[in-house]
Amino acid sequence: MTSSDYLNDIKEIKDLMNKSSRFISLSGLSGIMAGVYALIGAWFARQELLKVYETKTRLYESGQYTGSNDITFKLLAIAAIVLVLAIVTGIILTQRKARKNDEQLFDKTALKLLINFLIPLATGGIFALIILQKGFVGLVAPITLIFYGLACVNASKFTFGHVKYLGLANIILGLIATQYIGYGLYFWALGFGVFHIIYGGLMYIFIERTAK
Amino acid sequence: MSIITNINKAFDHRIRLGIMSILMVNEYADFKMLKELLSVTDGNLASHAKALEKVEYIKVEKQFIGRKPNTRYSATKLGKIEFKKHIEALEQLIRKSE
Repeated sequence: MTSSDYLNDIKEIKDLMNKSSRFISLSGLSGIMAGVYALIGAWFARQELLKVYETKTRLYESGQYTGSNDITFKLLAIAAIVLVLAIVTGIILTQRKARKNDEQLFDKTALKLLINFLIPLATGGIFALIILQKGFVGLVAPITLIFYGLACVNASKFTFGHVKYLGLANIILGLIATQYIGYGLYFWALGFGVFHIIYGGLMYIFIERTAK
Repeated sequence: MSIITNINKAFDHRIRLGIMSILMVNEYADFKMLKELLSVTDGNLASHAKALEKVEYIKVEKQFIGRKPNTRYSATKLGKIEFKKHIEALEQLIRKSE
C-alpha cells in the first residue's frame, strides 16, 4: 500500500464517522427562511401591540394593564404560525437536500437529532406557557430564547457543530433580554430573525456551496 | 520499528476499518445500518465482523425485535484502544513518507 492509499483510508474513516453519527442534510436555506418568517411575525406582533397601546395607554401608564387575553392569544397565534411555517419549510428543504446527497430524511441520526433538539425546546415551551399563566409576560421572550439556545447546543452534537454557536448566541441574548423587560419583541426579532438569517447564510455560503 | 508494530493486522481491510470507524462514534449499530453505510453484501459484512469479533474488538449481541432477529454490534474497550493506535500509526506513516 502506498501512502495515498492510507490517506484515502483515513478520509473514508472520517467520512463514515460523520455520516453515521451526524445528520448533515440540514439545509442552510431553511435557516434563512425561518429567520425571515420570524421577522415578518415580529412585525405583525408589533402592529398588534401598537393597536393595544393606542387604546390602553392610560391604563398601561397607571400600571393597571397586565395584558388582556385577547392580545396574548393573538401573539401566541402569530408565534405558532411562524413556528409551523419554519418547520414545514425546514422539512421540505432538508428533504430536498437529503435526496440530493442520497440520504434518507428520517434515518437514525435524524431521529437522534430531533429528540435531542425537542427535549429542551418542549421543556422551554411548556415553561414559557406556565410563566404566561402566572402573569410574568415580560419573561416569556427571554425564556424562549434561552431554551431555544439550549436546544441548539444540545442538538449540535448530532449535526453540524456550529449550530452550537447559534445556540450560545441565543442563550446570551436571552439572558441579556431578562434585563430589558418590555423590549422582548425586539430581542425575539434579533434572536429568531436576524441570528437565523446570519447563521443560515453563513452555512449556505461556506458549507453547501463549497460542498458542490 | 515501532511504527510498523502499531499497524494492526486485524484492521487491514477497508470494510473492517469501516465497521470500526462507525462503532467508534456510535454506541451501537445493527447489521442493516452497517450494511447501508458501507454498501457491502451480507456475507462480506458478516465475515469481516466475525474476524473483528474473534479478536474481541467488537461485541455482537443477537436479539429479537418482535419476531425478527436483530444483530447489534458495539466496539469493546480493547477495540477502541487498538483502533486509535492503528489510526495514529497510519497517520505517522503518511507523515513520514511525505
